[in-house]
Amino acid sequence: MSLNPVAVTIFLVLFVCVTVLGFAAARWRKGDLSHLHEWGLGGRRFGTLVTWFLLGGDLYTAYTFVAVPALMFGAGAMGFFAVPYTVLVYPLMFAVFPRLWAVAHAKGYVTAADFVRGRFGSRGLALAVAITGIVATMPYIALQLVGMEVVLAGLGIPMTMTIFGVPVPDAPLLIAFVVLAAYTYNSGLRAPAMIAVVKDALLYITVLAAVIIIPAELGGYAKIFASIDPKALLLAAGKPGNLGQQAAYATLGLGSALALLLYPHSMTGLLSSSSKRAVQRNAVILPAYSFALGLIALLGFMAVAAGVKAMPEFAAGFKSFGNNFAVPALFLHSFPAWFVGVAFAAIAIGALVPAAIMSIACANLFTRNIYKEFLNPDASTRQETDVAKIVSLVVKLGALFFIIELPTQYAIQLQLLGGIWIIQTLPAVLLGLYTRWLHPRALLVGWIAGISAGTWMAYLNAFKSSTYALNILGTVVPCYAAFSALILNIVVAVVLSAIFNALSRAPRIDTTTAEDYA
Amino acid sequence: MDKPAAKRRFHWSYWLLLIPYVAMMWVPYYNRVEPQLAGIPFFYWYQLAWIVLGAVLLLPAYLLTTRGDR
Repeated sequence: MSLNPVAVTIFLVLFVCVTVLGFAAARWRKGDLSHLHEWGLGGRRFGTLVTWFLLGGDLYTAYTFVAVPALMFGAGAMGFFAVPYTVLVYPLMFAVFPRLWAVAHAKGYVTAADFVRGRFGSRGLALAVAITGIVATMPYIALQLVGMEVVLAGLGIPMTMTIFGVPVPDAPLLIAFVVLAAYTYNSGLRAPAMIAVVKDALLYITVLAAVIIIPAELGGYAKIFASIDPKALLLAAGKPGNLGQQAAYATLGLGSALALLLYPHSMTGLLSSSSKRAVQRNAVILPAYSFALGLIALLGFMAVAAGVKAMPEFAAGFKSFGNNFAVPALFLHSFPAWFVGVAFAAIAIGALVPAAIMSIACANLFTRNIYKEFLNPDASTRQETDVAKIVSLVVKLGALFFIIELPTQYAIQLQLLGGIWIIQTLPAVLLGLYTRWLHPRALLVGWIAGISAGTWMAYLNAFKSSTYALNILGTVVPCYAAFSALILNIVVAVVLSAIFNALSRAPRIDTTTAEDYA
Repeated sequence: MDKPAAKRRFHWSYWLLLIPYVAMMWVPYYNRVEPQLAGIPFFYWYQLAWIVLGAVLLLPAYLLTTRGDR
């Protein structure tokens, strides 16, 4: 693809602005950045609006904005599961997470594993929660780079650049990530919080323009939907003895909603807010992003209607990135060059915000629940923060290495597995908020059962799909593997808790009290 | 002082939070084209509308359970 000078200039200007902001953020609502809760949670001082931008930038990632319309473009109605998914997240956030915020605030917890450690007094269970979080998040960071790669290619920026006479493959990605790593190291969570404001402004402008201008060019929504294969327009109905796509759709939506808030980067965003009310207010106003996501999903159909796949100028892009190139191609086809720059900057900056928060969340987990718990219990607050800063660098380097050295397919498959794994921490973290009846060893065995069963189902699908058809009393039920594995996990945890509680006389240590949750 | 928080009963408005789950899990109900809205099939506009409705259903619980904290 040829270099598009106007678009590239606008893109680069916006990128530089954001970099300056990222470094300046260290001074914003200044705190002592040698404390982990200052560096890694922004001092727990983010009010409703900042939390809204932060969580919006965090939960709705660049990859989401590329992959969801790509799924609609390729598979039709099934890709729209992102909408029920985001509808179901917020009642859960509203009802349950103020409780987690309260206990974390009362006890100084920085991670979900901190809470599990305090509630159940079990180092093993806390370690399991921490490792699940880190492992599930790493491929997610790598996927943000895919979102960025796609728009860089769309701009015609060459991926191999000659620096000091040496050809460097993937140089633009490398540069972007070095910059990102530097200001995250410097400013901590304040950097993505500030950048998120710019990213979201760009995003809303892009979405508004896209859903007005593109349908007008294509002759209206009726025409767009008319150009979709009728078979892809709706989910395939079930047959007797087989619930079909509809069951997969429902469990994908519900399971993804349950998993999302358990991800470390969601926890970090939620715990950094200044009050329980700020968490609840965000559950009410975050759906604004869901609406944007729903409209963006429809861009996949607009790309079908515009016929971008058959256009020779986009053949190379589709060849390299598959359907993930649908939306960039649609923008290049429909927008003037300067606005392509704005839209692509929204996506690329949209990759930086979650990547920064995810690496900070992983760093918090490693520092609190592995380093301080097992390696150096006497670490000072400064040592703790220094370790976290270094880990945030290591995590990003790992993601970069992953995406440069291995096929993109691996990152996608691992992220699919990540969802199956992270949801297995639900009994310890979310049920644990309401009861300490569950026995830590039972929770650990349930976690093992859930992870094993979920991974096995994904393996049987050759890691290509996350829905696995169960046979329940003669009826075939295609079900999101994370969801069915979670049910198994809960059943095991409850049954074993009953047994362990009956056998064991030893008192368990719960360092939280009922008042901590209020 | 209040009784310990663990004893506090659920406010009725929290039951409203279950409605979106019913609306979204009942896929056979909305898996159809008609009635269309401005050329958009029911399947799509119904789910988009629930993004807004879901947020509205949180409001009673938000407004009626202020407990002196910010």
